[in-house]
Amino acid sequence: MLSLINWFRYASPQTFYPLAGRMIPWFAGAAAGFAAAGLYIGFFVAPTDAQQGQVYRVIFIHVAASWLSMFIYLVMAGWAAIGLSLNTRLSFMMARALAPTGAMFAFLSLWTGALWGKPTWGAWWVWDARLTSELILLFLFLGVMALQAAIDDPRRGDRAGALLAIVGAINVPIIYFSVIWWNTLHQGASVSIARAPSMAKTMLAGMLLMSLACWMYSIAMSLARARCIMLEREKHTAWVADLAGSER
Amino acid sequence: MIWSGPAEFFAMGGYAFYVWGSFSVFALAILAETIFVIRRRNQVLHQLRQEHKNKPNP
Repeated sequence: MLSLINWFRYASPQTFYPLAGRMIPWFAGAAAGFAAAGLYIGFFVAPTDAQQGQVYRVIFIHVAASWLSMFIYLVMAGWAAIGLSLNTRLSFMMARALAPTGAMFAFLSLWTGALWGKPTWGAWWVWDARLTSELILLFLFLGVMALQAAIDDPRRGDRAGALLAIVGAINVPIIYFSVIWWNTLHQGASVSIARAPSMAKTMLAGMLLMSLACWMYSIAMSLARARCIMLEREKHTAWVADLAGSER
Repeated sequence: MIWSGPAEFFAMGGYAFYVWGSFSVFALAILAETIFVIRRRNQVLHQLRQEHKNKPNP
């Protein structure tokens, strides 16, 4: 019971704001560290791919961006669901804070995929199930953001955006399993829990390190954005007024 | 070592456009997002300070 009370204590923006502020440098530092290690392995340790040559090195950011775009969507939909069921302010703020970062990773997944697809498949884009469902993910992120922004009353905007986020979550398993369910030009999963990875250990290490870097970056960025949202939303409350007096 | 020199590294086996096109846009996106969030924070803090200043002291 005590732990439940403590947990709810941090669910209020007033107590979460300073906590988030203390966490951001750690996550940002971890992101920089993982990225430095991942880029070093990706460019200087991982060997040349026997079939694709050097162009395969796009994998180190392509897979990270794709994983994060799907993962962030699920986390965003999760916060939206918590917000709708418990009506907690902070949950909706987190859902709003995650959407732009998720959209960025969905875009980067498509961008790096196009630049990888051209030399290996001979096409920037194909209407393949994997690519199309990832494009829909980008549109869902943008749709959630547009819906939240289009409704003047922020609390109603929250709820409308949350509903779309939850309904759209069905797209994430579709992206993930698209390479199994349909005959796609896109290759199957490089890493799966069920079997040993089908790639060199150093390639895998670089990919995982870059994914960790993107993960840490996303946490730092969404916390920083959530802090802005808290100040904007709670401008006229006593705790923000106190803060405005003290913070430089 | 995979590369015999910087020229070979930047050439990326003839795929320089695709590899650096991916990594540079990736880096730019992350840089842009960081700048946007810092600017958003400065804006809201500035606004709060203005409101704080305009409020009469109790």
